[in-house]
Amino acid sequence: MAEKLEVKELDQVVVRFSGDSGDGMQLAGNIFSTVSATVGNGISTFPDYPADIRAPQGSLTGVSGFQVHIGAGQVYTPGDKCDVLVAMNAAALKTQYRYAKPGATIIIDTDSFGPKDLEKAQFQTEDYLGEMNIDPNRVIQCPLTTMVKDCLADSGMDMKAMMKCRNMFALGLVCWLFDRDLNLVANFLREKFAKKPAIAEANIKVIQAGYDYGHNTHSSTVNVYRVESKEKVPGRYMDITGNKATAYGFIAAAEKAGLKLYLGSYPITPATDVLHELSKHKSCGVITVQCEDEISGCASALGASFAGALGVTSTSGPGICLKSEAMNLAVIMELPLVVLDVQRGGPATGLPTKSEQTDLLQALFGRNGESPMPVMAATSPTDCFDAAYQACKIALEHMTPVVLLTDAFVANGSGAFKLPEMAKLDPINPPYVPEELKGKWTPYMRAENGTRYWAVPGREGFTHILGGLEKDSNTGAISTNPENHDLMTRLRQQKIANIQVPDLEVDGDVNDADLLIVGFGSTYGHLRSAMDELRAKGYKVAQTHFKYLNPLPKNTAAVLSKYKKVVVAEQNMGQLAGYLRMKVDNFVPFQFNQVKGQPFVVEELVNAFEDILKK
Amino acid sequence: MSYTAQDFKKGQPRWCPGCGDHFFLASLHKAMAEIGVAPENVAVISGIGCSSRLPHYMATYGMNTIHGRAAAIATGAKVANPNLTVWQVSGDGDGLAIGGNHFIHANRRNIDLNMILLNNRIYGLTKGQYSPTSPRGFVSKSSPYGTVEDPFRPAELCFGARGHFFARCVATDAKGTVEVLKAAYEHKGASVTEVLQNCVIFNDHCHDVVYNNEGRKKNAIYVRHGEKLVFGENNEFGLVQQGFGLKVVEIGKDGYTLDDVLVHDAHCEDNTLQLKLALMGNNDGFPIALGVIRDVDAPTYNDAVYAQVEEVSGMKKYHNFSELLETNDIWEVK
Repeated sequence: MAEKLEVKELDQVVVRFSGDSGDGMQLAGNIFSTVSATVGNGISTFPDYPADIRAPQGSLTGVSGFQVHIGAGQVYTPGDKCDVLVAMNAAALKTQYRYAKPGATIIIDTDSFGPKDLEKAQFQTEDYLGEMNIDPNRVIQCPLTTMVKDCLADSGMDMKAMMKCRNMFALGLVCWLFDRDLNLVANFLREKFAKKPAIAEANIKVIQAGYDYGHNTHSSTVNVYRVESKEKVPGRYMDITGNKATAYGFIAAAEKAGLKLYLGSYPITPATDVLHELSKHKSCGVITVQCEDEISGCASALGASFAGALGVTSTSGPGICLKSEAMNLAVIMELPLVVLDVQRGGPATGLPTKSEQTDLLQALFGRNGESPMPVMAATSPTDCFDAAYQACKIALEHMTPVVLLTDAFVANGSGAFKLPEMAKLDPINPPYVPEELKGKWTPYMRAENGTRYWAVPGREGFTHILGGLEKDSNTGAISTNPENHDLMTRLRQQKIANIQVPDLEVDGDVNDADLLIVGFGSTYGHLRSAMDELRAKGYKVAQTHFKYLNPLPKNTAAVLSKYKKVVVAEQNMGQLAGYLRMKVDNFVPFQFNQVKGQPFVVEELVNAFEDILKK
Repeated sequence: MSYTAQDFKKGQPRWCPGCGDHFFLASLHKAMAEIGVAPENVAVISGIGCSSRLPHYMATYGMNTIHGRAAAIATGAKVANPNLTVWQVSGDGDGLAIGGNHFIHANRRNIDLNMILLNNRIYGLTKGQYSPTSPRGFVSKSSPYGTVEDPFRPAELCFGARGHFFARCVATDAKGTVEVLKAAYEHKGASVTEVLQNCVIFNDHCHDVVYNNEGRKKNAIYVRHGEKLVFGENNEFGLVQQGFGLKVVEIGKDGYTLDDVLVHDAHCEDNTLQLKLALMGNNDGFPIALGVIRDVDAPTYNDAVYAQVEEVSGMKKYHNFSELLETNDIWEVK
């Protein structure tokens, strides 16, 4: 038993729930983050699930974790390491302890540390805490399984159903530790299990038991943490993962444009949740086709766009390889198409469940011929909504395929999402061919901004053919004329260059920074936190972050050239740095590159940037 | 509104003189006029290859896409816009080699596409390599000593993929071609029409036995639902069932009468005998089957997709994005 734990008044706290894949750690974590957000805390979550298809119960490879970061103000990442680790069994303690800060509080279910459990977790002795060098004073050792059984003894539930409530006991303990209002938790569960009130009540009972256990047995020795809410932004919120936010962005954009949303997709980790999410919403008119392969996912989406829908395809890196030919067809046919790449570790099958930013150059250049294509990268789970929405807007208004890069980290992570208002979202106006051009129109006739007009099948007087062969810019007929090909290549290039994207914003010591931190996409939060920490240490540091990668923001060169030192930090071997060097004269940045399949660790960033500042 | 073939014509075809594609195109124009769907409500979608140039000569909406993907692209177009009549045109390489996966899955899903397979058993545009329908031992530029592989038989692939419509015609036979194209259009669901045609440059004479009227009289049988399976210059031969197979008999000989001859049943769900008809080659006295060999009603993918949208819409309480948002666990920060 813990003898004496320290009082902690915190601006932010990180809790990691870990257990077997079936232990319901994600649900416990979600409830905790949602309840915290309800009282106005900033939240960010990240699940860490095993790659094994079905690892044996209690084994080291079967452990899944769910990390929740809550803060008094906004939090930008799920946190490097945790202040509280919940380990539901021996394997969880063994594999997850390395994510705990020194001095972190550990909650374990002692009932899951029997001889067999210890053997499965590859402990050598019964003194597992000693073996891992864990101070027992930091550990809340709770016979959790026994207590859940006792608590539900009269419920009439069978053993299997009772065991499913273990996660709620752990949640109750954590709620006590953080002084959370159990009424909020109860309300959440009653809504979630509205159709199964008995399950809701059993869960609430177990949570209360966990809370009371903490209160009764530890309140004299353990002090609760408090995380106040300091920077409340009023509004209505929901917890949303990046994949769900992406799906929502597509739905909102299609509705705004007055078009049917068509998703052609093939299951692939970690993008499949987008297919799952969109498949649910047929009542919003969403059409999803699970295709025979990645090729067909993209090709059918392009066919859908030709026929007058918003065609979207979702995948991860290996799928992009296969979609490339149809993406290229969209380039030359100049039809709208949104290609979502939820990046994962590569090459080839690589690390399917892990996160990287290694597809940037593939998205920008990975096709035959001159194939300019807008590329965007979402900067946080909630930003996936805006990124997806804007990707659709660009695709539809500029008649072009657009690549939207997210990655396993933002796709599976979550944050508090302020509900958007449909009326306030940007308008989306595709360049439909004006009726007065009837009789004069040819397929590659362009509007002022260089965009080809869209003539949707069904319109009389505008029948035409598009295709993969180069066409004459005036007549639309197949052409191998050298001058025409050169012209069409330039027109396609210029059309993309003409797309208006927001300027780069610079945060921090905008005018006198000694170091500018540069990144793109999902690393925004980690780089932002690193900047905050460096500034707290007294350094002059600024940050800018790319969401739009092609075309680049107009002020890119000006921003990058303004600071003495620039570091480009990315989860690849230098793809953004190389790309920027190609686009900005005399740009020679420092680089921070890491390809571990894991999110950046803020502490490591701070150390590396400090070294650069001292050079 | 009625149409003529002229309403569907566009441009000057660039195929080699004598190519089967010319004949087929003329029949397609004629069939579309007789079908009577307005050109703006028709999309003709092809892949890559000589025959895939076809949409350029259609006054409809069209796409001449990338190699092998016509069926996939057509699938998206039809699902997104079910009011369009979609024709998907591929050659044997485009449809059955690089596009084989999309071919079988379009059939399995039973999406309402009119799939045309122009089969000249050769790669023409790349100048003469064997295709997945070239017979074993076929000598070509890429098989100078003969191929060492067996070909696909398109009907077998279609049936194997649970296809519900299969027809065959010869490009030079305008009447037979127009007839099956109209039947393909009338069939709701995926239809496969195999068009036998030559490649005058690289594989001339490949369908010689049925390429002209005389040849067809001798070597082909026109199958029509509900009619006796008889053939020959004077309909003197018939097909009867023997054991697990078919047999050619001469009517009036060996005790066989017209009553013994099978009646064609294109609507039969069980495709066993239809497959036997489709697989008859010009050997052992068997004729090559032309016409609509299989034509069975089944739920189409596109109809089912929209029926489900309607059903789910009736069940769910949210029908737009704002309402969808409200289905989540929402909290308010004041």
